[in-house]
Amino acid sequence: MHIVYPVVVSALLFSIGVYGVLARRNAILVLMSVELMLNAVNLNLVAFDVWLRDRLHGGQVLTLFVIVIAAAEIGLGLAIVLAVYRNRRSIDVDRLRDLAEGGSPEVSQQSEASPDRAAVGEDADREARS
Amino acid sequence: MISVVALIVLLPFAAAVAGLLGSRWPRGGSRTEENDRAAARRAAWFAIAPVTASSLLTLWLAVWSARALPRGSASYTGSEFWAGLLPGSTEGTLTVVDTGSVPISVTLRADGLSILIGVLVVVVALAVQVYSVGYMRDDPRYASYSAFISLFTSAMLLVVYAGDLIVLYAGWEIMGLCSYLLIGHWWEDRANSRAAVKAFLVTRLGDVGFLFGIFSLGMAAGSFRIDAVLSADIPRGTLITATMLLLAGVAGKSAQVPLQTWLPDAMAGPTPISALIHAATMVAAGIFIVARLYPAFLGAQPTLDVLGVVAAVGMLGAALAALAQNDLKRVLAYSTISQLAYMAGGLAAGSDKAAIFHLLTHGAFKALLFLGAGAVIHHVGSNLMSHMGGLRTSIPFTFAGMTIGFAALMGLPPASGFFSKDAVIAAIEHSHSPAQPFLYGAALLTVGVTGAYAMRAWLRTFFGPSRVEALPEPPPGTAHVFDGREAPRSMLWPIGVLAVPALLLGFAGVSEVDWGSALVSLIVALLGAGVVYTFWRGAPHQDPARMLGPFRTACERAFYVDEAYRAVFARPILRLAHGVVRADRQVVDGAVRGSGRLTMGLSGVVRLAQNGNAQLYVTGLLAGLLLITVAAVVLG
Repeated sequence: MHIVYPVVVSALLFSIGVYGVLARRNAILVLMSVELMLNAVNLNLVAFDVWLRDRLHGGQVLTLFVIVIAAAEIGLGLAIVLAVYRNRRSIDVDRLRDLAEGGSPEVSQQSEASPDRAAVGEDADREARS
Repeated sequence: MISVVALIVLLPFAAAVAGLLGSRWPRGGSRTEENDRAAARRAAWFAIAPVTASSLLTLWLAVWSARALPRGSASYTGSEFWAGLLPGSTEGTLTVVDTGSVPISVTLRADGLSILIGVLVVVVALAVQVYSVGYMRDDPRYASYSAFISLFTSAMLLVVYAGDLIVLYAGWEIMGLCSYLLIGHWWEDRANSRAAVKAFLVTRLGDVGFLFGIFSLGMAAGSFRIDAVLSADIPRGTLITATMLLLAGVAGKSAQVPLQTWLPDAMAGPTPISALIHAATMVAAGIFIVARLYPAFLGAQPTLDVLGVVAAVGMLGAALAALAQNDLKRVLAYSTISQLAYMAGGLAAGSDKAAIFHLLTHGAFKALLFLGAGAVIHHVGSNLMSHMGGLRTSIPFTFAGMTIGFAALMGLPPASGFFSKDAVIAAIEHSHSPAQPFLYGAALLTVGVTGAYAMRAWLRTFFGPSRVEALPEPPPGTAHVFDGREAPRSMLWPIGVLAVPALLLGFAGVSEVDWGSALVSLIVALLGAGVVYTFWRGAPHQDPARMLGPFRTACERAFYVDEAYRAVFARPILRLAHGVVRADRQVVDGAVRGSGRLTMGLSGVVRLAQNGNAQLYVTGLLAGLLLITVAAVVLG
């Protein structure tokens, strides 16, 4: 089998994964897209391992590593998604904007944190004055 | 011998240190009334005892010098006028400071001139210290006040006994500092601290010239030692430049035109300080320095001509200004400028002897007048002559003292001023300087005006109806409301002691009186006094200064010199300063703040990308990666 076929397939898979990461709003679908990208890479690794006739089968070994890491990663990711869902009742990536610079309209959920921050600021001020 | 001289200078300095540090020690700063009184008592001891010791040492030095053979223990013998009176002289170098070019030798030197002025300084300083004990009795800052007087005395003695121009300059500058501190003694009043700053700045303006004069003399002579400078062969051009620069310092310290404006304002200080500044220390230093470096000045005739013109303008202008003042102390201040101009005129006419003679008698009678004026002010509670009058019965002792002082000021025989002023006028009459006719005319006119203003002040203060009224609340500077008694004894003693030299010191020069010119000036003085008396006789209630007519306001404002300086120098400089401040605020600060604002604005644009959407970040990441890859492929 020519090397082009698996490479094209993996490229297609990777592109679908990129598209999913960039465009999907559901966090679970984003995680699935990441999975797609990882598997595209796995496919590449295995294909080239065979094509290059690597005696140590480094590509296949690395693939096993990637699968393990992907399993751990997806476990972690799903746990985070669950935790976010419990807090926010939503896993829409577009609405999870806590990292935004202050002042954007999406951070209205943050308002409950602001008194705390103000209190901390006052403490710091008092310390600086004393 | 030189250790005695050093002791004379250092004792008042030690008194200053002790008075500043020791008068409240060890009880510390708890300012109870009892503590204050104890501190004042101790400060008085610190102030008076060292100056007394210094005076005794000075007198001993004078006796030694008078007895010494012309070729005494030191090498300095000259043809100076004091050679006959105080021939002995001594000089000693404590240490030599190597500067890399011209070395500074810390040298003290006592010769006839130094000892004469030194006696004047310590006597007046002692009188002022004793007087201050009474005058400043209730002042909470008496300790620092008396310590500053001691420092002032020490600085003046350093100037007098300095054998090196740089050492002299050190004393000269300390005096400037002390005058600032003492004039601003009652700094709570804004006007007083302004007067102090003015005195400091104006004298400092002259000091700049003085310092450069010293430098050019020292560089030309290769040494700062006074006898080396005087004996060095300095080119005439350098000599003229250097003496002209020195003249700036002399004009600043001795309050001569055009730097005279600080002296009347210096009346903001306590009255004993005025006595000290006007009689013995500050203003005498300027005349002294010219006399000290007189051979150098004689070699620079143009400088002496300038000095003559300055003196002529100063003596007449200041006398006219004195005629119109209402404040007793300001009358005396302007008379000081006028009398100092006499001395400067005597120096310009080529007679340092007459100038120093007048300096000594003037020191005696002006200190007497100021201390008397202080007693009057103490008594009345006001500086203004319009609040005085008819005081001769209530304070007879002060009246007698001030009468002697005014007689000496007018130049009436037998008071000392008659002889010394005659010596100056005779010297001016016989000089050959190109400024001589101008100077002589001004001197004679000034004699008349001096008679007039002295007569006016005397009559307004001690004669006529009493205008004394109790002030509601005594401002700082006037110690008491009217209480109808003489001043305390500690204030009367110095007046009595100073009255003696003010009356008799002139007889030291009785053998050299030029009776012709003396008669002329006496007649002129009596003429001036007579005119004032006639005007006063006509209406004792009114100010005889009204005889000046429309000219009176100009005289009262001292010919608008202050206003002119304000318009020509102060305002443009202030405007420039405001401009600089505005430029600093808008250009320099503006650039700093603007760069901050620009950064904030730019970051605002960049921050738009930071919207919290992780997918956007990843998009940006991929786009960048893509760009780099494309670039690597295309360019690589």
